[in-house]
Amino acid sequence: MDYVPHTAEDQKAMMRTVGIRSLEDLFADIPDRYRLRRLLDLPTAGSEPEVFDLMKGLSAENTVPRITLAGAGAYHHYIPAVVGHVISRSEFYTAYTPYQAEISQGILQAIYEYQTMIAKLTGTRVANASMYDGASAMAEAAVLSAKTLNRRKIVAVKSVHPEYRGVVKTYAWANGYEVVETGFGKSGRLDAEELRAALDENTAAVLIQSPNFFGVIEDVGSIEKAVHEKGAYLVCGFTEATSLGILKPAGEAGADFVVGEGQSFGNPVNFGGPYLGIFAGTDQFLRKIPGRLAGATVDRDNRRGFVLTLQTREQHIRREKATSNICSNEALCALAAGVYLACLGKNLRRLAELNIQKARYLRERLLTLGGWEPVFQSPVYNEFVLRCPDPRRVNEKLQAEGILGGCEVGRYYPGLEDGLLLCATEMLKKEDVDHVVSILS
Amino acid sequence: MDLIYEKSRPGRRACSVPSCDVPEKPVEKLIEKSLLRDDVDLPEVAEIDLVRHYTGLSRRNFGVDIGFYPLGSCTMKYNPKVNEEVSRLPGFTMLHPCAPEAFAQGSLKLMFELRRYLSEIFGMADFTLQPAAGAHGELTGVMIIKRHFEKKGQVRSKVLIPDTAHGTNPASVALCGFQVVTVRTNAEGGVDLEQLRALMTEDVAGLMLTNPNTLGLFERNIEKVAAIVHGKGGLLYCDGANANAFLGITRPGDLGFDIIQLNLHKTFSTPHGCGGPGAGPLGVSADLVAYLPVPRVIRKGNLYAWDENHPDSIGRVRSFFGNFNVMVKAYTYIRSLGPDGLKRVSENAVLNANYVKERLRPYYHLPYDRVCMHECVFSGERQLRESGVHTTDIAKRLLDYGFHPPTIYFPLIVREAIMIEPNETESKETLDAFCDAMAAIAGEAKTNPEMLKSAPHTTPVKRLDDVLAARRPDVCWLDDCK
Repeated sequence: MDYVPHTAEDQKAMMRTVGIRSLEDLFADIPDRYRLRRLLDLPTAGSEPEVFDLMKGLSAENTVPRITLAGAGAYHHYIPAVVGHVISRSEFYTAYTPYQAEISQGILQAIYEYQTMIAKLTGTRVANASMYDGASAMAEAAVLSAKTLNRRKIVAVKSVHPEYRGVVKTYAWANGYEVVETGFGKSGRLDAEELRAALDENTAAVLIQSPNFFGVIEDVGSIEKAVHEKGAYLVCGFTEATSLGILKPAGEAGADFVVGEGQSFGNPVNFGGPYLGIFAGTDQFLRKIPGRLAGATVDRDNRRGFVLTLQTREQHIRREKATSNICSNEALCALAAGVYLACLGKNLRRLAELNIQKARYLRERLLTLGGWEPVFQSPVYNEFVLRCPDPRRVNEKLQAEGILGGCEVGRYYPGLEDGLLLCATEMLKKEDVDHVVSILS
Repeated sequence: MDLIYEKSRPGRRACSVPSCDVPEKPVEKLIEKSLLRDDVDLPEVAEIDLVRHYTGLSRRNFGVDIGFYPLGSCTMKYNPKVNEEVSRLPGFTMLHPCAPEAFAQGSLKLMFELRRYLSEIFGMADFTLQPAAGAHGELTGVMIIKRHFEKKGQVRSKVLIPDTAHGTNPASVALCGFQVVTVRTNAEGGVDLEQLRALMTEDVAGLMLTNPNTLGLFERNIEKVAAIVHGKGGLLYCDGANANAFLGITRPGDLGFDIIQLNLHKTFSTPHGCGGPGAGPLGVSADLVAYLPVPRVIRKGNLYAWDENHPDSIGRVRSFFGNFNVMVKAYTYIRSLGPDGLKRVSENAVLNANYVKERLRPYYHLPYDRVCMHECVFSGERQLRESGVHTTDIAKRLLDYGFHPPTIYFPLIVREAIMIEPNETESKETLDAFCDAMAAIAGEAKTNPEMLKSAPHTTPVKRLDDVLAARRPDVCWLDDCK
């Protein structure tokens, strides 16, 4: 099935208009020796039922866990039915970036509303229309800080998601910036002493995360002063967006940029993507922020309308002087997030509370098992690290029961080889926890 | 339409949260009060308000399913529904990225095979699927160029880019610390070889070439271009944004390209979703495979597994593995079309573009008059000269005729550019209707230019004030600004 509507007659008529005898003539500019004179070596075309069957078969080769205890940057939440319905409207999903504003008011207004919701949730004044994911959003905030301040050093706390730090390092290397990593204490919070010591006049940005990779809630306000005294920017990340429903917004606590992963807002875990990079900041970055921005304006009749605005920041206008190279973003995921947030409304706080209660229950129950111990003392959101006799073996036991276990943090943190990062969302029922505990007893 | 915030009424709810089935402890006892927020300022609406709001918004939006969308360089082809359907299978959507390999064999196999298919279609040694969009793929590609010369111990500070290139090219290059040097386009719409020869020194890391370029023209001198770049030890990068022109016809790897980024949301028909998510796989020649991002999917016997152990890799450019759900759609598309179907895609995409070019030739100036590939570029300069009508006025008037306008004012080297990419999925009737509208508008430009300058007339809002939006930015509905 090639989805080409032309009949043989259509093709002939069109070839006549074009003035060619065969379709071959269309490719005369390609030097003959580079023309592919064979068919591509690919599986032959399948009919729709065959392809559907094939794909169903592939999806069935995956095992969807009965119970999920993994978070670590991707979270299993309930997605209200209305979210799927809205983003399945093809007026949205088959549209391009809204360059022609007069026929794109739908998405432009939806993005403007999304930007508003994100600014309010993060305690900032500007949020863009989305980035690729939380990790690249953090990397772009680091690069933007370095470019703005003309400094070359980025300080990242090791309790930031290891993959986020990985992406930051890749971007920093490409730009010739140095990344210095500082540690965390027994509480699971960042080591403020070590962080302060790492700051100097060449530091452009300090990257922290709250809740951090271990689920521990950082006291963002406590280090804000030290960072700003050195003239650097504080970039606060998050991987679990529902925590914004209950935690004090990092923007209010003094972060210059609040960046993170918005997947939890109405987007499925999807084996890692597409996700939603949230990028927000204080209004001093309004004219520097990467990515698209929807803005309100008026039409010729003075009625409110929306356009993509401040485009002189962007690559299609500024080329090599642009703030970022981003073009395509994750607009449909942002739309899903907007619908999700409007759907939850004030219930977002209650949902966040539920996550905290479920995680607390899971944690307490697991601590009744022999050999299981807490690692960090500070309060957590919906994730926590526990020491256990053999994390690999624990996960295998759970896996045998169709349960997705925790993240073995030892692969990222030497010294925490016996640590398991576990997560509980509102999806985890009491009976699930009890079942997990009985398997591990 | 009112904002969702303006429709908000205290106490309304659209979603219930499950009751708590575990013993509860007040949150204030668990987390310091100073770290908690007071309130979340989100809209309070009933579910029907929510559904009508977003349904209303959707009706103020234009997608491929509504009508013809000849947006140049964006490949707005039809998005097959079966792709959407299979991408929503819970086996794909409900799989957590931390799932052990044993739980993920289907997804890993899909990624492994998609990489192989893309390698065959484009004649490259291998692909990474990690980049989330075309520009992200470009950035990854430029990083690989950087790593390549770092490994060779060579310092090269510049990258050459033709003046027709997409803005993402220079922006991606700049993000990797290279200096951008622009190469002129010659009179026939190709790279100016003489200038290329002069600029291609041993300080230059490579040339980023879009082929076919944004004029819709195939680089006839590709052999010479490759020889010049490779002759000085540089790498030849292909911006694959226009790959819809040559599937099964020619392969960038065979043409001498070392690197290519694709846009699955263009060529492989995964929908654009109002701007994303896309996916920007990056393919490389054998010499550069070691530098691709990690992790990579490998096959061990009959099983698929992750492999992180590539010390020369540039590292990660994104969390997890990329926009997996977009890959599902592209994979489905390739399996539906097969080798014959993919070739027919390009043959008909190119036929349609040439047909539109011939039909519009009497009405609009055609600055580069040769057989085009999948898109054609006109100029509105005749209309500007004769009637004072700008290309943007022509575009806005097209909205009244029910069409999405072409890309305008790009490429930058064409004055008042009108860049039309009709795509293979459009019928002759649709193309004729569009060409008739363009012809009618050319007529209106002469007889009633005001009609164009004040267009659109039939859309939910009239022409919007971009200048005001930029001068008094209002990007967020904050109560204290109202």
